[in-house]
Amino acid sequence: MTNNDWTPDQPLVSIRDVYKSFGDLEVLKGVSLDIMKGEVICIIGPSGSGKSTLIRCVNALNTIDSGSIKVEGLEVHDPGLDKLELRKRVGMVFQQYNLFPHKTALENIMMAPLKVLKQPQAEVEERAHKLIKRVNLGGKESSYPGELSGGQQQRVAIARSLAMNPDVMLFDEVTAALDPETVNEVLLAIKDLAQDGMTCILVTHEMGFAREVADHIYFTDRGVIVEHGPPATFFTKAKDPRTQEFLSQIL
Amino acid sequence: MKTARKAFRRYHGDTDLAVLKPFKFSPAGSVQDLLFSRWLSGFSPRSLLVVGLLFCLWPGFAMAQGNYSFTQALDALWRWLPFIVTKGFALNLLVSFFTMLVGTIAGVLLGLGQISPLRPLARTSWFITQLFRNSPWLVLLFIVMLALPFEIQIGDTIYPIPDWLKAVFGLSLPIMANISEIVRGAIISVPTGQWEASESLAYSRNQTLWLVILPQCFKRMIPPWMNWYAILTMATPLISLLGVEDIVTLSRQAMEAEDNHPELLVPFFGFTLIIFFAYCYPIARYTIKLEKRFVVNQ
Amino acid sequence: MNAFQQYFYDLAQTHPKWNFIYLYDPTQTDRVIEGLWMTIQLSVVCVILSVIIGIIGAWVQGAHSKYLRLAMQGYIQFFRNTPPLVQLMFFYFALGQFTPTYSPDGWLEVPIISNVGWAIISLSFFAGAFNVEIFRAGIEAVPDSTQEAAEALGMNRLQIYIYIVLPLAFRVSLPALNNNLVNLVKTTTQALAIAVPELLYQMISIYNDYSTAQNACMVFLFFAYFILVGILVLGMHRWERKLRIPGYGA
Repeated sequence: MTNNDWTPDQPLVSIRDVYKSFGDLEVLKGVSLDIMKGEVICIIGPSGSGKSTLIRCVNALNTIDSGSIKVEGLEVHDPGLDKLELRKRVGMVFQQYNLFPHKTALENIMMAPLKVLKQPQAEVEERAHKLIKRVNLGGKESSYPGELSGGQQQRVAIARSLAMNPDVMLFDEVTAALDPETVNEVLLAIKDLAQDGMTCILVTHEMGFAREVADHIYFTDRGVIVEHGPPATFFTKAKDPRTQEFLSQIL
Repeated sequence: MKTARKAFRRYHGDTDLAVLKPFKFSPAGSVQDLLFSRWLSGFSPRSLLVVGLLFCLWPGFAMAQGNYSFTQALDALWRWLPFIVTKGFALNLLVSFFTMLVGTIAGVLLGLGQISPLRPLARTSWFITQLFRNSPWLVLLFIVMLALPFEIQIGDTIYPIPDWLKAVFGLSLPIMANISEIVRGAIISVPTGQWEASESLAYSRNQTLWLVILPQCFKRMIPPWMNWYAILTMATPLISLLGVEDIVTLSRQAMEAEDNHPELLVPFFGFTLIIFFAYCYPIARYTIKLEKRFVVNQ
Repeated sequence: MNAFQQYFYDLAQTHPKWNFIYLYDPTQTDRVIEGLWMTIQLSVVCVILSVIIGIIGAWVQGAHSKYLRLAMQGYIQFFRNTPPLVQLMFFYFALGQFTPTYSPDGWLEVPIISNVGWAIISLSFFAGAFNVEIFRAGIEAVPDSTQEAAEALGMNRLQIYIYIVLPLAFRVSLPALNNNLVNLVKTTTQALAIAVPELLYQMISIYNDYSTAQNACMVFLFFAYFILVGILVLGMHRWERKLRIPGYGA
């Protein structure tokens, strides 16, 4: 099933010719990209271009119609795949934080390692405390999500995904639902992660952030990757007219 | 990004904390009880057929051993049907109409009393509402029916008070309390902006209430009001326990007249169940239709 | 007779309409206590059974088999759309005749389900039908996105259900459930129709025997149910408040 002979010189996430339709609506029309370990890539594009669908497919939250997605050598859409193996390697942070409202921030972070990975309580608790401090929420361990602001909740969500020690983190428009003041604190946390060497795939509208942190930027429109490149050239020397139009609208 | 935030807020309601979807229930009796109508109307004709068939076939199967056959029982039911329906069920409906009439008038007054700025009035109204909302209907019925005299004398004439009229008063007490809750709920659901706008236009409190607030409330009170009518109709058989000759009492009398064969029980009681269902089902469907229409128009 | 009882005995002599006989006559006091106890027992048992029925029903409503779902729908529609009084009578009179009987002494034929038993069955199914909808709505109120986040963390369906869905669904259902349970306690009075010796039945027996006690019995009934239901409502409110999560709910 997962005879894994993946080595770090191969792409960590490898997406090949992925097609995905929701009923009659074709959302992904042949998307391919590779992400190496330690890379930070941003996917940008207009709404409906398939960005969120794409990274949800990487985490097996959506199925694909054809093509292949490999994470560390594991074929994500192999029906025989043990989803637990996949989720141990892939962490995801959502636009709507989705914290568990009936658990404190610390419990939210500890829940998955305890229940899913079945790691010992003391070890998990220590790691959870470290993670809370890492996302700058020291002192909020016993707060419930209802008592935290949007930005704080999002940071707890990031810490919660990190508690599983993933190899790649997916961020699905994580700052879209936040007020401008709180967007920064979340972006800082992500930047921190990126600088520590975590492989990140971000779907985002924050162009400034993308320019600063990303190693590579992909522009999607209507289900295909139109153009991609490192930030240095992407924003200034975009070749495709669709890219230029999009950039002119948002910059 | 702004539109995403707006859409997010609209989806999640007034909080920007994505904790839980707003759920449909409300603590006050009105909206939650509307779900009674929702379920009643959500009933598909096909499941009705299935249940009805099971209903009719099973006793026939179980009664194969009796010496009084099932067909004879159905015959008896058929013979007594006009009597039971026109004298019995008609009384149930009569009681329900009058109860709703009395209960609504009293309930509206009580509801207005609850929101009165005069504290003693508000507290008394609140207390009366809670008292009658939380009392068992049967107990209230007993108390009222036994307490009310069976005739009253006005001037020289003695007016007998029929027992069904006493039952009307008895049942109208809990209805009054529940309508009061509906009225109060509807009034407080009108945005405070309405009160403020009226105040700045120099309307007095009474004028605001009657010219601005209540007309808006009226529409949104109708579905829960109809819902309570359905619940009330289902509660009218209680009056049979006090001797009033409604459908249940008359069914029992009919069975007596037919020598009380046990095979009669299922057809007669079953028929009672069915006729109540047949009456309340269209009401429930119409209630849901009205509710949808009023929600959209807001 | 102590002073308290003596007072009411004297009151009965001077005010013939206010005979608080259950306060000074031990036989009647016993009847009242039996009735009260029966009401409490009936309420507690029916509450527990109806909650269990509700949980099972909510699960069945989400089942794969279409026939199971249809059957559950039929059950709910039947019990929600018919008067509970007639349900009680139907169960006891019409269905009761089909229950097997046993004979403890060779003479008497005692049915294995007594009238109290039928009252419990009828009332539990009645309240259970409402509970199914309440629990189902509670389960559906847990947002898909929260369950998705749990899935993204690696939890399997059973774990999501136990650790995420059920705790949240329960909190959402609680106000409606409390309302329904209070309603159930009030509906137990209707068991009078099938001669279950609960409180209302006992009080009526008392004033049937002693017609002067009528007013006194009514007064007692009024306050007894007021207090009973009041205790339940307060208890439920307190429980709701205890289970509150900051930032959630009205």
